[in-house]
Amino acid sequence: MSGTTGLLDQETRDRPSDTPSVDLDALYRESGIGGMLAGMDRELVGLKPVKTRIREIAALLLVERARRSIGLRAEPPSLHMCFTGNPGTGKTSVARRMAGLLHGLGYIRRDHVVSVTRDDLVGQYIGHTAPKTKEVLKRAMGGVLFIDEAYYLYRPENERDYGQEAIEILLQVMEDNRDDLVVILAGYRDRMEVFFRSNPGMASRIAHHVDFPDYEAEELLDIARLMTAGMQYRLAPEAERAMADYILRRMAQPRFANARSIRNALDRARLRQANRLFEARGNAIAAADLLTIAEEDIRRSRVFTQ
Amino acid sequence: MRLTQGQFSFLPDLTDEEITKQVQYALDQGWAVAVEFTDDPHPRNSYWTMWGNPMFDLRDAKGVMMEIDACRAAHPDQYVKVLAFDSSHGFETVRMAFLINRPAEEPGFELLRAEGPGRRIGYTVRSYATGRPPGERYGGETRHGT
Repeated sequence: MSGTTGLLDQETRDRPSDTPSVDLDALYRESGIGGMLAGMDRELVGLKPVKTRIREIAALLLVERARRSIGLRAEPPSLHMCFTGNPGTGKTSVARRMAGLLHGLGYIRRDHVVSVTRDDLVGQYIGHTAPKTKEVLKRAMGGVLFIDEAYYLYRPENERDYGQEAIEILLQVMEDNRDDLVVILAGYRDRMEVFFRSNPGMASRIAHHVDFPDYEAEELLDIARLMTAGMQYRLAPEAERAMADYILRRMAQPRFANARSIRNALDRARLRQANRLFEARGNAIAAADLLTIAEEDIRRSRVFTQ
Repeated sequence: MRLTQGQFSFLPDLTDEEITKQVQYALDQGWAVAVEFTDDPHPRNSYWTMWGNPMFDLRDAKGVMMEIDACRAAHPDQYVKVLAFDSSHGFETVRMAFLINRPAEEPGFELLRAEGPGRRIGYTVRSYATGRPPGERYGGETRHGT
């Protein structure tokens, strides 16, 4: 980087009448962001606010790179994030993708995600927490640290809980090593709010609060299609209609977990399909039969009988 | 006398940026990087004190640099070196080792002669620093204490 800046500096000095210009489009093309964003659109259903925010971040980093290339001051922006949303809305999937994206944009050095929960950060006795947290931070350096269900770090009911110590170390690293590490916290909305209220330092150091909306019924059907394709199955046309019915009924029931419920439903449908094929053994089974999830595999779900 | 040993011993001391690059190279090869320190500079002293465990699960040099900084801050008046251990079959040994910290003053070595039978002379070296007990060599620690 410093090499190019020096070169441009020299050029501007040699030809002071010229105003330096940057080809943003060329930067965009060579960074490969276009491909990554398109991949994101293709593989992640819905999640409009999330995608908008990621696009904004990509634009910011690109402009920042352009500014740096003509020798303007470009402070690396703080990119710590917080993902809130109901279960199964794709927080973890997006976090995993984020590392690849930020790496492509040249913001982080490696495209790895270190995914941790409270157990990995907080120790069991005095003096155990700090080394444990530092070990995790060392491992995550250069990439993304993803803390799932971050609110468990803070246990207000126990004032001697070691979670507070982990939070303090985390805060310090988030501040000092901004260009080495991106921290992504994830969790359910209401509990994250309580967590931030009791840790204002954490809230203020996180620049991007991204809310993951619940999926619409059609989006869930799209997800079901993507998942079956990913597992090398196929939904028969009637089965697809059954799936749409299933989704509507399941959404009305308690403990609905968006895409996770769909995954579970498909897993059970696979189970019933396997069972159906097994019952019918003796007859030759075509490749198409092994591939296809039939209507009855879905209709026989508990959701339809209740 | 400036002590030299290991890799890059004929170069000036590495800067932090250069150390980062070397460490990153080692990590990219899949080697485990370790930090060790000592106040006994004898060239045959192979038992340096380990600063924590070798780091087997890192991918980015920054994690190692954090440990290096911590070790140098804790032992500014001692020798600190970085090692890279290759665990692959056929090597199973240290592939890289270089100094990254040295005391401000290095008194050097004394040449000792021992006369044997038939006026044969046996030679050895002894570090001036090791004349004092561990912890008091290179002045550092005692100055903090008194």
